[in-house]
Amino acid sequence: MTAAPPLVRLRHVDKTFARGTEALRHLDLTVAEGEFLSLLGPSGCGKSTALRLIAGLAGLTAGAIERPWAEGGRGGQMGFVFQEPTLMPWATVAANIQVPLTLLRVPRDQAAARVREAIGLVGLDGFERAYPRELSGGMKMRVSIARALATRPRLLLMDEPFAALDEITRMRLNNDLLGLWRRQGLTVVFVTHSVYESVYLSSRVAVMTPRPGRVAAEVTIETPYPRDDAFRTSPEYNNYCRTVSARLAAAMSG
Amino acid sequence: MDTTTSIDDRLTGIAEAAPTTSGRAGWAGLAERVLPPAAIGLVALFAWEAVVRLKAIPPYLLPGPLLIGGTLLKDWHTLYPSLLVTLTVTGAALLVATVAGTAIAILFAQWHWVERSFFPYAVILQVTPVVAIAPLIIIWVKNIQLSLLICAWIVAFFPVVSNTTLGLNSTDHHLLELFDLYGASRRQVLWYLRLPSALPYFFGGLRISGGLALIGAVVAEFVAGTGGAQSGLAYRILEAGYTLQIPRMFAALLLVSITGVAIFLALSALSHLVLRRWHESARAREQ
Repeated sequence: MTAAPPLVRLRHVDKTFARGTEALRHLDLTVAEGEFLSLLGPSGCGKSTALRLIAGLAGLTAGAIERPWAEGGRGGQMGFVFQEPTLMPWATVAANIQVPLTLLRVPRDQAAARVREAIGLVGLDGFERAYPRELSGGMKMRVSIARALATRPRLLLMDEPFAALDEITRMRLNNDLLGLWRRQGLTVVFVTHSVYESVYLSSRVAVMTPRPGRVAAEVTIETPYPRDDAFRTSPEYNNYCRTVSARLAAAMSG
Repeated sequence: MDTTTSIDDRLTGIAEAAPTTSGRAGWAGLAERVLPPAAIGLVALFAWEAVVRLKAIPPYLLPGPLLIGGTLLKDWHTLYPSLLVTLTVTGAALLVATVAGTAIAILFAQWHWVERSFFPYAVILQVTPVVAIAPLIIIWVKNIQLSLLICAWIVAFFPVVSNTTLGLNSTDHHLLELFDLYGASRRQVLWYLRLPSALPYFFGGLRISGGLALIGAVVAEFVAGTGGAQSGLAYRILEAGYTLQIPRMFAALLLVSITGVAIFLALSALSHLVLRRWHESARAREQ
């Protein structure tokens, strides 16, 4: 498991906001190439902050983040999916997905091909010219994921992307996300507050403490992929959920 | 597995998707919106005419609507050129207010110290009654047309500036972060993100500015009060007042009101045309 070189390494990371809120203290975390890592914790534990630090969207107070393959970090090597779809309402599906490519000044015809590819990956063929308001919540989230994939990133960072969706849509998107991850050889860091979701999706779950957050426990989910809905009802799944819940409860009580 | 689930989701997605063609009930909706105010207007006009006739009110005190309408047609040859004069000033002022207002708003949004330094003065310019400064401007600026334009511009530019500035600063902060993630330049953020986000606010301001430009032009004409070849509608109202041609005064007034409504409708239509594909304000309510 640890044979692969770490894609990202966070060493003793502290993050204190300007108003004095201490979000993270001594966070140590490695992300291995090709893994599906979930950051699990109660709301406000700093897991989103950790994700934003990895993305370079915020600066750290102390410690270090190593990701030499993305130094400068602005070349589309990382994709980010927010909790809300965060689409531009005035732009079509295709135009929304093309935004990162436009910003990176990818030539027009190449960008168009990438957009088509990304639309195909998330199963939105035929909706290229739809506007966000014409789409359901699940479809908007697919657009958001396609936009993150358009630059063919190595690392996909997802901040509770399915939290606002209904159960059925969430399960579908879970399955489709796993399919994408496997086919595209992605590395995913997935922030969630759902034990069930983290166990179903991840190859590894990092359980975080309440604020100031750090990693309290790591649980490797050994169940091989592909996982499907049968896994959700298996004893193995229940065991993992129980283990992770116990780790979370321990982390909560300090 | 993946493909089947995603197709399922697509099908539910289609079912959930909001209807894009909402124009079916268009005519019925239009009638519903237009008929009630039209009925109220007709009743009011009828009552007005009835009172004027029954009480035998002389036209130099209060002319009836029929007389006003007749005067509008009879005096069209003098009123129409005046309308064009006023419209020219209004249009020019609105154009300058839009261009300059948008440019100022962009400066404000790009550099907040500019906003902090200049915004109070924009407010001062806005709250000072144009009637009070118009005489000064008319004295300072030799060209009467130009001084009228400046007065109308002063009244009209503020809504564009303040609304557009608000719009440029109201961009979704997650989208700003997304742009940051891909190393977007300031110009890219402005062009691809801030300006489109600000469009609904801009049009909101523009609709107010359109009416204000007309008011500014008319007020300035009143203050200027000059005759000569280039006389706008306000001058016709003044002139008619001096000579006690009250029906003509009302006819000119009516023309000013119609012009104001027309400007508002035209700008609303423009706003709808630009925003209809995506903005909530242009979305037909689902029944």
